[in-house]
Amino acid sequence: MLKDITIGQFFPGESPVHRIDPRVKIVLVIAMIVTLFLGAGPVSYGLFILFLLMVVHISKIPLKMVVRGLKPILFIVIFTAILNLFYTPGDTYIFEWGFLHISTAGVKTAILMVLRIMLLIVGTSMLTYTTSPIQLTDGLESLLSPLKKLHAPVHELSMMMSIALRFIPTLIEETDKIMAAQKARGADFESGNIVQRAKALVPILVPLFISAFRRADELATAMECRLYRGDVGRTRMRQLKVTRVDYAASAVCAAVFGAVIALGRFGL
Amino acid sequence: MSYILETRDLTYVYGAGTPFERTALDHVNIGIERGEILGVIGHTGSGKSTLIQHFNGLLKPTSGQVLLDGKPIWNEKGKCARETRFRVGLVFQYPEYQLFEETIAKDIAFGPRNMGLPEEETAARVQHAMAVVGLAPELAEKSPFALSGGQKRRVAIAGVLAMRPDVLVLDEPTAGLDPCGRDEILGYVREYHRQTGATVLLVMHSMEDVARVADRMLVMNHAQVMLTGTPREVFAHAAEITAAGLDVPEITKVFMELRRRGVPVDPSVYTVPQALDAIRALKGGKPC
Repeated sequence: MLKDITIGQFFPGESPVHRIDPRVKIVLVIAMIVTLFLGAGPVSYGLFILFLLMVVHISKIPLKMVVRGLKPILFIVIFTAILNLFYTPGDTYIFEWGFLHISTAGVKTAILMVLRIMLLIVGTSMLTYTTSPIQLTDGLESLLSPLKKLHAPVHELSMMMSIALRFIPTLIEETDKIMAAQKARGADFESGNIVQRAKALVPILVPLFISAFRRADELATAMECRLYRGDVGRTRMRQLKVTRVDYAASAVCAAVFGAVIALGRFGL
Repeated sequence: MSYILETRDLTYVYGAGTPFERTALDHVNIGIERGEILGVIGHTGSGKSTLIQHFNGLLKPTSGQVLLDGKPIWNEKGKCARETRFRVGLVFQYPEYQLFEETIAKDIAFGPRNMGLPEEETAARVQHAMAVVGLAPELAEKSPFALSGGQKRRVAIAGVLAMRPDVLVLDEPTAGLDPCGRDEILGYVREYHRQTGATVLLVMHSMEDVARVADRMLVMNHAQVMLTGTPREVFAHAAEITAAGLDVPEITKVFMELRRRGVPVDPSVYTVPQALDAIRALKGGKPC
């Protein structure tokens, strides 16, 4: 049950999208988000959708998976649509009933907002779908490294992030195991009122916390045994290198984003 | 005689309909006799852990049925009676990681309390379960987290014993213990079996240990039952067991090699006394 969460998941692959340097990918995604909010009309968004479909196609991530990733935000999408639909003032109304009224401008904004949110999620999830958590944190660390001059603990933060990401699947598995064990002793998680249900979680949470602390302790020992002492003098197994794929990807993105922004300026 | 637990064409598929689909159990038909000690063996991924989670209704079969006392544990509405969990006690691998209460007595009482037993009965059962697994009564009010690994495991096993299950299922109860701790745990399981006449299922890696305790053995391979029978019957197929990637007891290996070299001995031997008998028989009854 807990294993069904797909958002933020990584799908290993060998596609050109997978091979883009994580730093470049992060910068391109930020550029994409900015572009997304500068587009204005059907032409610019059409181009944008086409571009995203192309990225999904090249990355060989099943489209079904991408669509499934949208499910958790369905509520936000519907909520935004309704708010925009009814609360955008306009000159011409196409529907009026009591205090409810829908303007043509409202319809337009609603569609635009829904489209933006969905494209935002699809676009950013392409980053997590095609980049392993380790690469992602490596890229982030490298991009934030100028802050080290200001004594910001960039390396430590990115190490914390890697470790946290690494242990999510482990802890989910652990939770499943503990739940099964307590159910075997007759624990009941499904019935009762909210207080009883919260109490029923104690037999899961206590062992889970204990095991998380134990794992943290063991990990710290293992890291110390391998003489980990932070950033200073540390070399990397996977060096980040900008290659031809990165230049190509940047060029394509520059062209598309430029076109979208230009079209948006003309309100298309 | 009817079986206490029975499976009919039990099939279970993990992640059905996704690219990660995997059949863990493929039309498994087994019958477990009342009061026996059954050893279940099979290498990692052979489906043995999946199988035992069907016995108390933790997993719902993809198809097929599990019968407890001849009655299906899943009714027509697709529900499993909670009582099944109490009648079939399941001890998971590394059960010490499920402890959560402030005191040992409270932790052991978790199962009986969930059964809705009165306080005195619960207390009596806790006391008895602690005695069976050799925990001193003065430990009752201590925190389970202050104990050693082996003692924690005993507390966890006592937590299931206190429910007095008719069928006790243990998944790798001796994993990670030293030989001494291993013998102790197996001793407690036998003691519970002797006192209550319960049916016991032992899932284990170590052939040697299983063969010593079990009346009957069940060998799982590739989601199916490969062999069943008494340890002797099973080890008569020692070559097939080895081919399936499982180990046979050391003494059986010696006898297999002897046979390969042309000595006409019985290869189904799995303990040293049996080996002695076999060699005596070979020498015409004379002492060696």
